[in-house]
Amino acid sequence: MTTIAVRGGTVIDSTGSRRADVVVSDEGVILAVGAGLDGDRRLDASGGIVSPGLVDLHAHLRQPGREDAETIATGARGAALGGFTAVVAMPNTTPVIDTAAVVTEVRQLAADACCEVYPSAAITVGRKGEALTPMAELVGLGVRIFTDDGDGVQDAAVMRNALEYARGLGHLTGGQPVVLAQHCEVAALTRGGYMHEGEWSSRLGIGGQPAEAEELMVMRDIALSRLTGGRVHFQHLSTAGSVAMVRAAKNAGLPVTAEATPHHFTLTDECCAAYDPVFKVHPPLRTAADTAAVRAGLADGTIDAIATDHAPHTTADKEKPFDAAPPGMLGLETAFAVARTELDLPVEAVLALMSWRPAAVAGIADRHGGPVAPGAPANLCVIDPDAEWTVSGAAMASPSRNTPFEGRAVRGRVRHTIRRGEAVVVDGEAQA
Amino acid sequence: MADRERRMAVPAGVFRARTRVMDAADVSRAIRRMAHEILERNHGLGSVMLIGLQTGGVHLAHSIGTDLEAIEGGRVPVGSLDVALHRDDIGLRPVLPQAVTDIPVDLDDRVVVLVDDVLFTGRTVRAALDALHTWGRPRAVQLAVMVDRGHRELPIRPDFVGKNLPTRKDEMVDVGPDGVDLGDVS
Amino acid sequence: MSRHLLSISDLGADRIEAILDLSEKFAEVGQRKIPRVPALRGKTVAWLFYEDSTRTRLSFETAAKRLSADTMNFSVSTSSVNKGESLRDTVETIDAMGIDAIVVRHGCAGVPHQVGGWIDASVINAGDGWHEHPTQALLDLYTARTRLGDLAGKKVTIVGDIRHSRVARSNVLGFSAVGASVTLVAPGPLLPPSLEGWPVSVSHDLDATLADTDICYLLRMQQERQKRALVPSLREFRATYGIDARRADLLGDDALIMHPGPMNRGVEIDGDVADRPNAVITEQVANGVAVRMAVLFLLLGSGLDQLDDQMAAA
Repeated sequence: MTTIAVRGGTVIDSTGSRRADVVVSDEGVILAVGAGLDGDRRLDASGGIVSPGLVDLHAHLRQPGREDAETIATGARGAALGGFTAVVAMPNTTPVIDTAAVVTEVRQLAADACCEVYPSAAITVGRKGEALTPMAELVGLGVRIFTDDGDGVQDAAVMRNALEYARGLGHLTGGQPVVLAQHCEVAALTRGGYMHEGEWSSRLGIGGQPAEAEELMVMRDIALSRLTGGRVHFQHLSTAGSVAMVRAAKNAGLPVTAEATPHHFTLTDECCAAYDPVFKVHPPLRTAADTAAVRAGLADGTIDAIATDHAPHTTADKEKPFDAAPPGMLGLETAFAVARTELDLPVEAVLALMSWRPAAVAGIADRHGGPVAPGAPANLCVIDPDAEWTVSGAAMASPSRNTPFEGRAVRGRVRHTIRRGEAVVVDGEAQA
Repeated sequence: MADRERRMAVPAGVFRARTRVMDAADVSRAIRRMAHEILERNHGLGSVMLIGLQTGGVHLAHSIGTDLEAIEGGRVPVGSLDVALHRDDIGLRPVLPQAVTDIPVDLDDRVVVLVDDVLFTGRTVRAALDALHTWGRPRAVQLAVMVDRGHRELPIRPDFVGKNLPTRKDEMVDVGPDGVDLGDVS
Repeated sequence: MSRHLLSISDLGADRIEAILDLSEKFAEVGQRKIPRVPALRGKTVAWLFYEDSTRTRLSFETAAKRLSADTMNFSVSTSSVNKGESLRDTVETIDAMGIDAIVVRHGCAGVPHQVGGWIDASVINAGDGWHEHPTQALLDLYTARTRLGDLAGKKVTIVGDIRHSRVARSNVLGFSAVGASVTLVAPGPLLPPSLEGWPVSVSHDLDATLADTDICYLLRMQQERQKRALVPSLREFRATYGIDARRADLLGDDALIMHPGPMNRGVEIDGDVADRPNAVITEQVANGVAVRMAVLFLLLGSGLDQLDDQMAAA
């Protein structure tokens, strides 16, 4: 057994903040937390924050199917560089993650990755919105989140059925909830739309997606949660109306959770004015009033987590005409810094939104995001909360370059990432 | 025309007169003489028409036309031509919307007298000859200028000259109804 | 903006007026026995049309030829585009042949902007999706100015499918830039979802608007751009928003009827209305050549920057 001592930092976790060194073993557990500790190897954390590793509820790793845009290996490396020790991989791959075989394939591909990859699976076969996937079998393989992400489940009866079915799977998970995560979008209202519908889409002559297309499905699924008692997680909330409805649902005691992305609290539809498809994303960038509402939702706890919706696309795909280019943005390597820079929140609150609260939503709180204490899994990151740097897509681990924050000066940088007791990022450099 | 337009094309340039070469009376005498020479060469007005080159030649063409009509009686058509689109140095000079091209009669079988204020390199006249054929096929083209200042870059020779004026290449000649000045641009 | 013409909003009132002034010069060239000047000799202009448009392409091509430019037609239907070549590769291939300008039409808004970022040649937007068609607006302004004089204070009514119309977007910007007031008349689904920032007023009552209109601009009913039927029927559209003889009579005698073509006779405009003396639809086509000559000449010959110098010197 070899050990690593993370020395000189301030530990921040869900229990609070304290100066402490942390010693981890290569067997993946935290051995000791305290003053004046040492190990076989030392990692300098002075001036930095030692936090439970970050958890991303929403990343597209593109494998299997689009290995030219991203692989599980490159995506996990980018995640580790961004401070993440766990990411939930979205199932809209080719083939779709909707069978035990594909779940197993993704797990095998992720076995040696820099970051733990938890595949989510589709709610419906082929993400077609019709027949349910073998959810019990997939839960047996460790899947905790089901989503047709990229599309919402359009048929209310199918969604109701899925919620009722998922509610009965708790006995397979030791009581952990099985979560249905929804990309809320009424397709009938977004067809032919490529950006937020409003002032800018009208001026630019681009077909729009109204905010109400998202809000109608948020409204419907809140109602279905009430009807079934089923747990709904709302993905990438982007509108003021959605945030308000989720707030009201939580106040009413419904079992709903929500996430928001850095781009939805930072960028607006005006970014599309130069017709650069790098700014094309689903749900689309909205108005300043919406970004303000998302920030408020993050601040008051309505929104549980910051998720990246990391969506790599090749440069060739992002140079297509705006209508034809695929939606999505890189996010893993910039999420913490953008959140730290843009949100008027203390760093503890940002870490809560990016580590322990998403870990709870994903049902992996036993492995990630838990308090930094002896005996706990050694999934940690060390962050310089005030280090300034400039975003560059070319410098990222992903073979894709589609960051909407290119050239932006940001604050807060990941120094080290430790996954299962192994230093996968040291001084901002990936070790594998 | 050449000098005036060049002055407009050099926004920073201000013309400073150094020597008065012709006064207003000299200019009108020269115009009258050129009108007589045009009549003499063409045995009367016949099919003569005048075309002033934009911008400096237009006023002069009208003055010559007035004298022709006074001497001979009858009417002589006077037009104007902007050669900007036919130049070989497009992009170096602005094209002025107010410099109108107006060819009032059919050019076929006419004797066209091109009129300009100053003959210098000859490039404006070459462009004018090029432009004329898009309007028709004159029987003959002749050239009248108030000042021939030399320094030709093309084999072009005037038929009627107000005054031959030896100049340095960097000097400027300014022709107006009230006189002709030699000077510099700074 | 000196290299490209992508949007009317790139120009501003002074530049628009200067382009219209210059267009008169090129209209004069069109009157000559041999309507050709050597102004763009040695320059090469390429056409990249991803949408069929015989009239716009012919108009640009005539303009280029009258300026003695060489032209190169990249026909999308017979080219590598159908073999899966990307837009950028296609554009860079054309650029590599040595061109001075590329005239782009595409069904997606913004493509000319994207092309402009990839190559050194001038890009002229000949229509991009629902976004803009700047030379159409310039020729419309030229036509209206030729007939009515100064357009400041004139009342322009644009009727029809505004939501899907690049002509409408360019003309709203163009007419308002020169001081005209613009009213849009359309059924709700054919208006843009938001008119925030548009210098226009909106009406659904065509009859009431026509009596106080100097220019009645009819848009083509873009049935091919509507992903689904947005109005109950063409019959109902014609009854509510089409210009028939009765409605044409509501216009003053001097009021112009304009249409960018191709017309759907019997839908947005009745056949005999299009042939009235105050309908200037064929004049628009004729003026298109002169205006496009002015645009090509400014971008390739002297540059729009020189236009600014000229305006400053004047």
